[in-house]
Amino acid sequence: MQEEVLRKLVDDVRAGRTDRRAFVARLAGLGISAPFASLLLASAGVAQAQPAGYKPTRRGGGGALKMLFWQGPTLLNPHFAIGAKDQEGCWLFYEALARYDADGNLAPVLAAAIPSRANGGIAADGRSVTWTLKKDVRWHDGRPFTADDVVFNFAYATDPQTASTSVASYDGIVAAKKVDTHTVRYEFKTPTPLWDRAANVVLVPKHLFEAYGGARSRDAPANLKPVGTGPYRFVDFKPGDLLRGELNRDYHGANRPHFDSVELKGGGDATSAARAVLQTGEYDFGWNLQVEDEVLSRLESSRKGRVVACPSGDVEVILINHADPWTEVDGERSSARSHHPILSDHAVREALTLLLDRKSVQAFVYGRAGVATANIVNNPSRLNSPNIKDEFSVERANALLDAAGWKRGADGIRAKDGRKLKFLFQTSINSVRQKVQSIYKQSCAKAGIELELKAIAASVFFSSDVANPDTYGKFLADLEMYAVAGRQPDPDTFLQWFVSWQIASKANKWQGVNRGRYRNDEYDRLYRASQSELDPIKRTALVIAMNDFVCREHAIIPVVYRPSIYGVARQLVAPLSGWDNALSSIAEWYAEA
Amino acid sequence: MGQYLLRRLLIAVPSLLGISIVLFTVLALAPGDPFSEMALNPNIPPEVQAALRKHFGLDDPIWQRYFRWLVAMLHGDWGFSFISRVDVDTLILSRVPVTLAVIGASQVLALLIALPVGIYSAARPYSWFDRIASTLALIGFSLPTFFTGLLLILLFSIKLDWLPFVYRADLSATGWAWWVEQFKQSIMPITVLGLFQGAGWTRYVRSATLDVIRLDYVTTARSKGLRERAVIVKHVARNAMIPVVTLVALTMPQVFGGAVVTEQIFRVPGIGSLLIDAIQRNDTPVVMAVTFVFACLVIAFNLLADLLYGWLDPRISYR
Repeated sequence: MQEEVLRKLVDDVRAGRTDRRAFVARLAGLGISAPFASLLLASAGVAQAQPAGYKPTRRGGGGALKMLFWQGPTLLNPHFAIGAKDQEGCWLFYEALARYDADGNLAPVLAAAIPSRANGGIAADGRSVTWTLKKDVRWHDGRPFTADDVVFNFAYATDPQTASTSVASYDGIVAAKKVDTHTVRYEFKTPTPLWDRAANVVLVPKHLFEAYGGARSRDAPANLKPVGTGPYRFVDFKPGDLLRGELNRDYHGANRPHFDSVELKGGGDATSAARAVLQTGEYDFGWNLQVEDEVLSRLESSRKGRVVACPSGDVEVILINHADPWTEVDGERSSARSHHPILSDHAVREALTLLLDRKSVQAFVYGRAGVATANIVNNPSRLNSPNIKDEFSVERANALLDAAGWKRGADGIRAKDGRKLKFLFQTSINSVRQKVQSIYKQSCAKAGIELELKAIAASVFFSSDVANPDTYGKFLADLEMYAVAGRQPDPDTFLQWFVSWQIASKANKWQGVNRGRYRNDEYDRLYRASQSELDPIKRTALVIAMNDFVCREHAIIPVVYRPSIYGVARQLVAPLSGWDNALSSIAEWYAEA
Repeated sequence: MGQYLLRRLLIAVPSLLGISIVLFTVLALAPGDPFSEMALNPNIPPEVQAALRKHFGLDDPIWQRYFRWLVAMLHGDWGFSFISRVDVDTLILSRVPVTLAVIGASQVLALLIALPVGIYSAARPYSWFDRIASTLALIGFSLPTFFTGLLLILLFSIKLDWLPFVYRADLSATGWAWWVEQFKQSIMPITVLGLFQGAGWTRYVRSATLDVIRLDYVTTARSKGLRERAVIVKHVARNAMIPVVTLVALTMPQVFGGAVVTEQIFRVPGIGSLLIDAIQRNDTPVVMAVTFVFACLVIAFNLLADLLYGWLDPRISYR
């Protein structure tokens, strides 16, 4: 994908020759996520699509909204949120400047408008972004919401003593400056086309948290009794179990919210949560229904509720270890200084890609919850490379391996120079992942590659415990599989997965994000160039170039693209988005009569 | 008696210390990381995860962490949940009322079934009543709670649509409506647990009563013309209760510990589900506190059982 082609595409949208949706879909095919594509349009001065109309004509009157989360929120301070479940709970009471809608567009929440070059919000030099805030917003205790609150949240989250988990959202922002009472400016370390950083960080009130910054953060009473600007006021919270809220009479959105009370029940398992929403109708909304699609379809046949699959950037990938996990170098296996004796052969990597039967994985394992893709939306795409398509071909894999000199032995396993094509393939314990593992093992066997499967408890696999050998960061195996959550629009995080200075090693306590230990000077150069490129269109071209590069090299094997799966009661209208938390749009939810 | 009590309490101190050391070591050696969930969130860089580990002292040697925990415990500080960032005692206390209501009620139900049925069966051994009761008891404690629980849900919630299968600690209704809803949502978990526990106890009460009912003093009581009812209640039951009291007293801590499986199926927010969540998330302070409370209760109820013996059988004295 060349820069000129991208420019033409953007021009087509501006001139009305192509509609936004088609543009976003086209870029998705090129490995660019929807939010990223939308940002590109916004920076190019193409107006936002008008939000769909909200139906209810008055505030309240919708009765109770009952939601079931099989993992309940355990805390209510957005800056301490450990997982998505905690952020979801926060959105009932707190809000952010903006949220990402289903198409990946930014929709204003506490901001009066989305910054753009046209309205002067985005600085021409790419060094800052200016947000104007809504004027009539009040915290639940009656205090006005002002620029001071936004500035405070930056200081609070970035104080290392607070030990906040939201600090990364402010990455690259060096200062939050108050311009006037309702205008705030984020200043960036370097000129960046990614001005939407921290746009959807949920904000807490300065007046209640100011006294509890840094080391005292755990003592703040508001940690457990949130006072926000959101559509619902806090009523009761039992960590991990129950969260209740009631209608906020002073909410800043007209005729919003619709429900008189909300209840979020946590605990149990995903299957029975799906049952309670889809089959018995006991609950109105079921979060993140990680249940086999076949079961969901059966439950759905009761017609009490429906399954909604929201496109998101989450992709399941198989990582290839480019370092040698079986030899110790300087007291460390999988050391960055080593090369994998077999997987450094391009033909073997390409054969491994060809042997992944993605269509069967989708048909027999994931169903609606995983769409076969050779293309990682938000991540490396291979669609634009005419030589490599989503292809499953045992014959071609066999031919490739034959040509590369890997000969079948008496046991049917290929070998060359005394090395057998045997790999250890690890992942976390999860019935779906184990099924994918065995499908892959079977097709690899057909090409004379033997896979040894290993499953590790998720709490160990994803742990940062340096003493444990089974973590995904140490990667003491040849292949490993897990999901990349691509919720944030910035592909930068994922692109860092292949740069040499991010290689996970003993020296950085295996915290480097390049867990595949991939190293290539050309890629590093492209990445550096993308970091300093201010023109959004040029940068996008670079991103696509990097995607291509990694895919042609078969540095990683994408498996499926995973939409977020929610259960929604029949009457409930909920504009869910896979690019943000499900409850980020809670103010817009209503029940049809 | 007072001296005996004091001695028992003093013996409990080293036992508790020993228990806490074992618990802490096992938990510390177990693999896992309370912040592993963050690894799945690309917005949280690994440095944050590492910083939190350091912040909560997870990278210190085990013995240092143990002494820190012990000293805090002696000051009455139960610790601080890594996951919820809340004091552990608040977390546990918020789960106590539901646990007592549901698990406690099921234990009462179990006793109400076990005592009369067991004693009556023993009074008329091998009668039709005894045979039916024995068969049902056998079925009752052979079926695990996760099976009966799901069976009840399938029947009453899904087929008949009479009862909800998600337990809610905060019902919005008030007055009579509250009681009705509370009854509707509690009946299934209480029945499942109560019948399971009751079935086992019935067998126990029956055999304990049978041991006593054939003794000479019972024949004597009958010979002097006492009514059968008086014989059973005053002479048989009281003596038969000694082994039963031990059993019941030792099961009582479970009221607190909860019934993990049943709580999970019906989403009862009791201490059992708190414990299982904490274990899954490697939230060591919570696991430590819950198991430690459990250990204390086992020791306390053991002592209580010993004291009850004296009341039931005055021949037993404490030295």
